[in-house]
Amino acid sequence: MTDLLLEWTIKIAVILGALLTAVAYSVLLERRIMGFIQLRRGPNRVGPFGLLQPAADGLKLIFKEDIIPSQASKLLYVIAPTLLLIPSLMIFIVIPFGSEIVLFGRKIALQVTHFDVGLLYVLALGSVSVYGIALAGWASNNKYSLMGGLRASAQMISYELALGLSVVGVLIQSGSLDLVEIVRSQGGWNGMHWNVFVSQPLGFLVFFIAALAEANRTPFDLPEADSELVAGYHTEYSSMKFVMFQMGEYCNLIAAAGVSTTLFWGGWMGPGVETYPALSLAYFTAKVFVFVFVFIWIRFTLPRFRYDQLMRFGWRVLLPLAILNIIITATVKLLVS
Amino acid sequence: MTEAFALIQASAPKTGPIFGYIPIVLFFVIAVLVPVALLGVSRLLQRRVFEREKLMPYECGIDPIGGARERVSVRFYIVAMLFLVFDVEVVFLFPWAVIYDKLALFGLIEMLIFIGILVVGYYYAWRKGALEWA
Repeated sequence: MTDLLLEWTIKIAVILGALLTAVAYSVLLERRIMGFIQLRRGPNRVGPFGLLQPAADGLKLIFKEDIIPSQASKLLYVIAPTLLLIPSLMIFIVIPFGSEIVLFGRKIALQVTHFDVGLLYVLALGSVSVYGIALAGWASNNKYSLMGGLRASAQMISYELALGLSVVGVLIQSGSLDLVEIVRSQGGWNGMHWNVFVSQPLGFLVFFIAALAEANRTPFDLPEADSELVAGYHTEYSSMKFVMFQMGEYCNLIAAAGVSTTLFWGGWMGPGVETYPALSLAYFTAKVFVFVFVFIWIRFTLPRFRYDQLMRFGWRVLLPLAILNIIITATVKLLVS
Repeated sequence: MTEAFALIQASAPKTGPIFGYIPIVLFFVIAVLVPVALLGVSRLLQRRVFEREKLMPYECGIDPIGGARERVSVRFYIVAMLFLVFDVEVVFLFPWAVIYDKLALFGLIEMLIFIGILVVGYYYAWRKGALEWA
């Protein structure tokens, strides 16, 4: 038992470390790409290519004054950022980063844990982050924050429906809620039997758009629409609490990339995985990187939705499309078998 | 105990269902340390000078007018109710989808009826203007 505990602890430490680094560097990546898209340099002064910028920013923010507004509900105000950050970190516990590799004479599965309802766990934790945002908006006792929090919660629950329904197609396809089983079911065609090619292009489209909205990314970043709401739900937050919101958001972004990869783009599957298991980790990382890049690219390409357009799009376009996708998938599956 | 341990070693999800969940607790405990550490360290390092103006709610520089906890649009409430209705239906679809292979034609017809009822409710909400924001 201690053996197993040790394995879990090491895996958790590694994943947490890798995740926090990835979060720090996806902020830098975003700023660099933003610079290139807008024909300027972006941060490139601190260290080679600006690679030490996250450390500098972190140091700066840690010295900043932590303000709790006098009219805020103190307890909720402090709890809210934690409530966003912790669930978004915890999602990564079930995401399979790769197949099994042999290390120190032991077979090690490249994910922290593995249980039957991994996908439900991901969806459940994904919706907990709404509480963090709504509470932050309410507890700040600031009009902008409150509007941001309300908008965020209405948007997130609306798009969560489309998100949940678009996943059903994948479940029909692989017959399991276990993320490892879902990845393994995409192993045919020399590791290229990915759901998005086989039967779920529509499902993926709906999932991708809904995931963007869930992560509050442009064009769905109304909760923090800077031109009308200052900074939305985190207007009043400063110092480390602000950092926690940023970290939580980027964690959610990476989680969205990881889950899209796992469900629709074959997870760690790819040509040659059977012979070289270590390759699977590279495939997974590469795919997640591509997704994060696309998320950033979209942010600087598309303008923001208007709020009524956003709600109409979610309820009147995405929701029927997701239901249509279920019916098509189920019918095709029956006809084929 | 050793038998159970051997089963988990094989790391198959069907074997020890409860063991797979232990790392969640473990991870939670470790994940809680992240914000605690962040807040603790910055608390020790930062300089705090509080004034009345600084602690006021931010309203673009002017003194705040009224409190923030005013009435909000009833639309948010309608969205919440619609979400509740549809989300329960989504939950019903999950187990159905997982065992769809075994249900075959029966499952398809059953699901079509189920989604048919869902679509009637959806159409009703649409015609009543519940999906309209403005």
